Amino acid sequence: MLIRKRAEIASSEITPKETWRAYQMSRRRLLAGLGAVGAAAAVAGLPESAWGLDKLKTVPSSYNVTDRAVTPEAKAQSYNNFYEFGEEKDDPLHNAQKMRIRPWTVKIEGLVNKPQTLNIDDILNYRPIENRVYRFRCVEAWSMVIPWDGYPLSELIKFADPLPSAKYVQFISSDSGKGMTLPSGIEFPYSEGLRMDEAMHPLTLLTFGSYGEVLANQQGSPIRVIVPWKYGFKSAKSIVKIKFVDKQPHTTWNDMAPQEYGFYSNVNPTVDHPRWSQAHERLLNTDSIFPHVVPTLMFNGYSEVAPLYAGMDLRKNY
Amino acid sequence: MPSRAIPYLKAAVHVLCLLPFAYLLHLYRDGQLATFADPVSYITHFTGNWALWLLLVTLAVTPVRRIHRSLAWLIRFRRMIGLYCFFYATLHLATYVFLFSGYDTAGAIAGLRAGHLMAPWHQLVLIWPSMVDDAEKRRFIQVGLAAWLILLALAVTSPQRVLRAMGGKAWNRLHRLIYLAGFLAVIHYWWLVKTGVRTPWKDTAVLAVLLLWRVGLAVKKRLAARPKMSVVADV
Repeated sequence: MLIRKRAEIASSEITPKETWRAYQMSRRRLLAGLGAVGAAAAVAGLPESAWGLDKLKTVPSSYNVTDRAVTPEAKAQSYNNFYEFGEEKDDPLHNAQKMRIRPWTVKIEGLVNKPQTLNIDDILNYRPIENRVYRFRCVEAWSMVIPWDGYPLSELIKFADPLPSAKYVQFISSDSGKGMTLPSGIEFPYSEGLRMDEAMHPLTLLTFGSYGEVLANQQGSPIRVIVPWKYGFKSAKSIVKIKFVDKQPHTTWNDMAPQEYGFYSNVNPTVDHPRWSQAHERLLNTDSIFPHVVPTLMFNGYSEVAPLYAGMDLRKNY
Repeated sequence: MPSRAIPYLKAAVHVLCLLPFAYLLHLYRDGQLATFADPVSYITHFTGNWALWLLLVTLAVTPVRRIHRSLAWLIRFRRMIGLYCFFYATLHLATYVFLFSGYDTAGAIAGLRAGHLMAPWHQLVLIWPSMVDDAEKRRFIQVGLAAWLILLALAVTSPQRVLRAMGGKAWNRLHRLIYLAGFLAVIHYWWLVKTGVRTPWKDTAVLAVLLLWRVGLAVKKRLAARPKMSVVADV
């Protein structure tokens, strides 16, 4: 539920907003006087409200990380793996501002009683938006603590009314956003997926915002999932299609390098990535050049999901 | 190029090669670096990139001076640039050891401040097994380390005195290892990025051109060196 009236979010109104954001970005860059490198730094010094994002009306949640400091918003907004917008971490910040997030629809298809196309604002307003602080662990061995705003994906799944034969949920991301560079080495559209019980788990969040504001474009606006016990790439961004299927769907990074990125990709300190250890992570939540290294926790500390994998060999099903 | 300009040019090259380092220092001192999302990753990429780029510049000296005789003086800067490549490669390795490996640099500094002179050493002993583990298991670290060891050997043998002691032939043979170092550095880069990510292709293309130029030159020389039979008279 937005504070703003729904009628206000018309495409005629959105465009100036985005122009304003792009203007702010370029202005900060100019102020920094250091080009692309300076942008992140200049942004970091500003108060959160300066992001120029709409506030979301949220309700508190019992899902809260209290033993770790929240990552400064500027860090979370300037360090994104969103390959549609480029291969470098700060590419999405610069390239994604052009993407239009209204109008936006999400197709519900596959093994459901009634395939349909939903309007983003109807999905957004369907349930109260909870503010949840989650640990976020990237497969690259860094992590953040981020307040996400959304409601359980299970709510939308129940609304979608899948058939009993639906065993997996597949998420397809947009590959036609303005500003997307779509690097040629990766096959787009981006595809991710979850087993039905994982998708239905109360921790799995259908996410519309972070830090109490609508998602920044570089974070996968206007709608994404957050699966906090899995490596970040499992949490698909800028979703345009949710498909219910009976077989394990193909997923982008698993297609690219199956030995490095498994379908499950649960955070697991005992299974190394072939190129680095997953036993520790750099927690990016301080303002120091010295790394804040912490031990990585099984399921990223969300031990309540362990029953989902009872009897499974997680070394094989990494 | 009049030889009296050389010292000034050398000073200019020193300044140019130190600029990236000065920039990094500036980012650190005015606090900007700490506000970057992942300072460790930034420093790692920054120092690694400059080491590789200066290696490519070093390799470019010979082909460029062969363009025209008037550029022959460029050779007088090659060793300097090569040593700066080693400087950045060493910073890159130090970044791995002190910031990336899990070494508790903040703890070591706090220990030193509290008067425990052995604190940095104790931290190193703590993290050493995991570094050895990295070096044993991870291919990209192995090739990176091998490239640095080559650069170390070349840096140590770079003074004129060592050249004279070694003899030009042996010295030249050793210093040809720079080609291998360049190759290993680029492999290191490809092996650390994700499958499908192609950011290293530009550096790879430059290296390929610089190495192929040398292969071409060697082939040409060999052909030219073939004994020629001249026909004295037609029968």
